[in-house]
Amino acid sequence: MNAELVSELEVPAQQTARARIVSLIGPLTALAGAVWALVQPYRITLLHPRGQGFWWLFVEPPLLVIAVGLLFYFLVLPGLLEDLEEGRAAPG
Amino acid sequence: MQPPAEHVHWLFATGFLILGLCLLAEAVVGTEVWRRRAWRAYLWPGLSLVLGLFMWPVMTFFTGSTLHMLAHGAWAEVLMVAGAIELALVRGKLRSNWWRLGMTAAFLVSGAAFLVHEQNAWFFQRSAFLHHLLGWTFLAAAVFPLVRCARPRSHVAATGFALTFVVVAVMLYCDRDVAPVFGHISPLAGAPHR
Repeated sequence: MNAELVSELEVPAQQTARARIVSLIGPLTALAGAVWALVQPYRITLLHPRGQGFWWLFVEPPLLVIAVGLLFYFLVLPGLLEDLEEGRAAPG
Repeated sequence: MQPPAEHVHWLFATGFLILGLCLLAEAVVGTEVWRRRAWRAYLWPGLSLVLGLFMWPVMTFFTGSTLHMLAHGAWAEVLMVAGAIELALVRGKLRSNWWRLGMTAAFLVSGAAFLVHEQNAWFFQRSAFLHHLLGWTFLAAAVFPLVRCARPRSHVAATGFALTFVVVAVMLYCDRDVAPVFGHISPLAGAPHR
């Protein structure tokens, strides 16, 4: 195989690997939050809301971690993958 | 209506986690791809600046001693200065990579502030442990922005820099007002939470 062709094939492979890695960031973060919620359910005061004040009901760390993962996955990732794809398609 | 101190730490942890994930994504896809959209390019410097701004009310309302107040004031200043420098670098107003020394300074000041304002030993209770751990983490992690000054394309430095924010977020989420750490808590600390 011609060396020029090999280098042309290597770039898309690298881009695909990058796309896969970056696609995992959000789901892994959300999974970490879900595991935390299962391991320490008492950190979710919504499960035992009686007598809790506003802040204890509003700020739920495991749910915040899940929210950050989902936020990244649905808001940041789509545009990023698009730009990564454009970079791959662009000549040169 | 003032949130308890631990809730403020968890909210800051959330900000740091968002920041860490975005920086990690930038390290993976490369700065060139990350900056193709303006909002993404300005996200990191903007968040740094906003976190610095929010640190001022924390300094005013949540610090119980002069040392705490000075430490939080120092964080507010260095976060804002570092954010402003990064903003100018992204905008092209500043060109030299050595301006990133501002971030190195921010890490060093943050680390020193954590260590200086914690007057209890590591295992006094959880927040004491976390202050020591956060302090040393920031001091050690200052190497990443330093390397980025000399080698701006270094993947190791960019990934290490991003993961520092993720690790700091995890530590901030672990914070409780009074809680044991690895089974240790001083009888002087007060009634522990879980």
